[in-house]
Amino acid sequence: MHKRVTFDTKLLPYLLLLPQIFVTIAFFIWPSAQAVWQSFLLEDAFGGRTQFLCSGLLTDPLAGDTWQRCFRHFDRLLSDSGYWHSVRVTLFFSLMVAAIGLALSLLLAVMADRTIRGGTVYKTFLIWPYAVASAVAGVLFGFMFNPRVGTLAYTLSALGFDWNHQLNGNQALWLVILAACWNQISYNFLFFLAGLQSIPKSLIEAAAIDGAGPGRRFWTIVFPLLSPTGFFLLVVNIIYVFIGTFGIIDALTQGGPGQATEILVFKVYKDGFRGQDFGGSAAQSTILMMVMIALTVVQFRFIERRVHY
Amino acid sequence: MRTSLFVSASFATLLAALPAHAQKEIQWWHAMGGNLGETVNQLAAEFNKSQTAFKVVPVYKGSYTETLTAAIAAFRARQNAHPHIVQVFEVGTATMMAAKGAIYPVHQLMADAKEPFDPKAYIGPVYGYYSTTDGKLLSMPFNSSTPVLYWNKELFQKAGLDPEKPPKTWPELGEMGKKLVAAGAKCGFTPQWQTWTMIENFGAWHNLPFATKQNGFGGIDIELKFNSPAHVKHIQTLADWGKEKVFVYGGREGKSTPLFNSGDCAMHIASSASAAGIQKALGAEKVGIAMMPYWPDVIAKPQNSIIGGATLWVLQGKPKDEYPGVAKFFAFLSKPEIQAKWHQETGYVPITLAAAELTEESGFYKKFPGREVAVKQLTLNPPTENSKGLRIGNFVQIRDVMDEELESVWSGKKTAKQALDDAVARGNKLLKDFEAANK
Repeated sequence: MHKRVTFDTKLLPYLLLLPQIFVTIAFFIWPSAQAVWQSFLLEDAFGGRTQFLCSGLLTDPLAGDTWQRCFRHFDRLLSDSGYWHSVRVTLFFSLMVAAIGLALSLLLAVMADRTIRGGTVYKTFLIWPYAVASAVAGVLFGFMFNPRVGTLAYTLSALGFDWNHQLNGNQALWLVILAACWNQISYNFLFFLAGLQSIPKSLIEAAAIDGAGPGRRFWTIVFPLLSPTGFFLLVVNIIYVFIGTFGIIDALTQGGPGQATEILVFKVYKDGFRGQDFGGSAAQSTILMMVMIALTVVQFRFIERRVHY
Repeated sequence: MRTSLFVSASFATLLAALPAHAQKEIQWWHAMGGNLGETVNQLAAEFNKSQTAFKVVPVYKGSYTETLTAAIAAFRARQNAHPHIVQVFEVGTATMMAAKGAIYPVHQLMADAKEPFDPKAYIGPVYGYYSTTDGKLLSMPFNSSTPVLYWNKELFQKAGLDPEKPPKTWPELGEMGKKLVAAGAKCGFTPQWQTWTMIENFGAWHNLPFATKQNGFGGIDIELKFNSPAHVKHIQTLADWGKEKVFVYGGREGKSTPLFNSGDCAMHIASSASAAGIQKALGAEKVGIAMMPYWPDVIAKPQNSIIGGATLWVLQGKPKDEYPGVAKFFAFLSKPEIQAKWHQETGYVPITLAAAELTEESGFYKKFPGREVAVKQLTLNPPTENSKGLRIGNFVQIRDVMDEELESVWSGKKTAKQALDDAVARGNKLLKDFEAANK
């Protein structure tokens, strides 16, 4: 028998949903809509002379330059080499953080899963970095690697390695990758560990009885069973890097030196809040939002489906 | 910051709850943290004591950009939550000027409130930076500084140089730098706020334009000009010196100052407002302050330097009867004794000639030699079109572009010519955007 829980009135479920809907509209949909609207406006900083760029479309939709005017901010962005540079930096940054972060956390999770004595202590310590806000992580790494007073920078220079991430763009980029990985590893670790523990011990024991060594057992049984978790984490990590690493960048490099670490979300902030270019900044947010939506759709459509629980 | 905001907010509500008192409140948002913030609070308290009709409430809002952004957000919200007075840094001047409906020009404010106001009392380059082409003041100069040369007398002595003789020209600075490095100094020279000191002030000092139309004073349809052969030669020379550590790049904004304060660098071009901090770090007797060096093959005698720092802008849209209080406060701020105190405590230059004279008479410069250099440098010659100041739209982004391109020179990715040409081309694009948004 299948027992269904039903509501007596049709109104009640909507009433119960109301707070959540309100929160979603007030904090997500309304500001997002504002950003999209603002990306079609041309205005000075104080909003005194606001022009709607697409007004020409209503009167003369066929003229080529009205379209160009309407999408002025997007047009400017896509023809700006600085923006494409920022796109490349973001892609490299996110792929590196995802790859290194996932590999390291998988390694740690496998190790922690095996340990018998003191396992809880290891696990607790490995989870700690997640409690550190990304801005604080940025400050910590900035301090350790400060070319003048940082202990790690000092060690590096003692080893004959000339460290100065304030001047060397490649070093700066690797430093933010390192900081972001460190900050994200705990989260990955938790999911991997849970994934590992949900794999039936009997499968692994059966394989062991059949004579498979630890390496073979990992690659043929554990790794495939863990892949849904891995895919999920890949998407979450990429979203984290796209949006959540703002604090690290702002505290550590502010996008510099040059534009070496200027990822898209930092550029949104820089152009909007430092430069008061609200239209251009809103257009960048809109593009970023669309990328995020696409990524989430990919996750739900193709990856969630393959998860075997 | 949050606590101070909270405290002042609760303080404000408390005051509002008290009836009877007809004292009108003047909100003043500023970006002066630490010691400077305390001096700001003292100024407000002193003004509040001097009269009973108005009460100035200073509120610290974070960095310059945060303060400006906060004021813009408050103004745009149209809830009357914006301040009467907001402190805006000099690169935001064009943005503020373009916001015609949002600002209340100071000359008009003073005239409307019938406060006495004499433009001639102010120091030329300070007044000129913030006035229209026909000499009308738009915002009230508050904290202005100008770059000066600091040198470490101890390191000079160690290198066998005369510790009382700083370099007068750039070739001299190069020669001395080489000797200093040869004698064991880790770095010869490092500049602070490189775009401001090495390009903007470099131009004014050598009477070279930064942009067309009198550096932007004559209109917003302008183009950048700082890729002249003299600019290129200067930046390239610094880059070449970088190979022998005669020049060391220490980061953007004020990040290079610790290199000088720690005794690594022997020479430093930095804001005159850094004087108090530097003299504290190294000991007043070990640091000399002199005028910036110049290139004798570009100009026979240097022109004058330009200022940096911030001014106080008045925003529109507050009740009419509160603006006379703002005018009164500005008149109070311009008083010689107030200005002299501000100048001596902070290292910012006084905005009026009378305050400079008062400081001179008090013997302050004898006690702290070198603190008079900034004013001397600003008033060295009557300002020309190239040394009056800069009025550049989207200047914050253009400075970022200049920083980025200069960094590519220091790291050897580009030659000075390439980088300055690129900076001009990228900056011109930003100027076109500004023109389009403000037509």
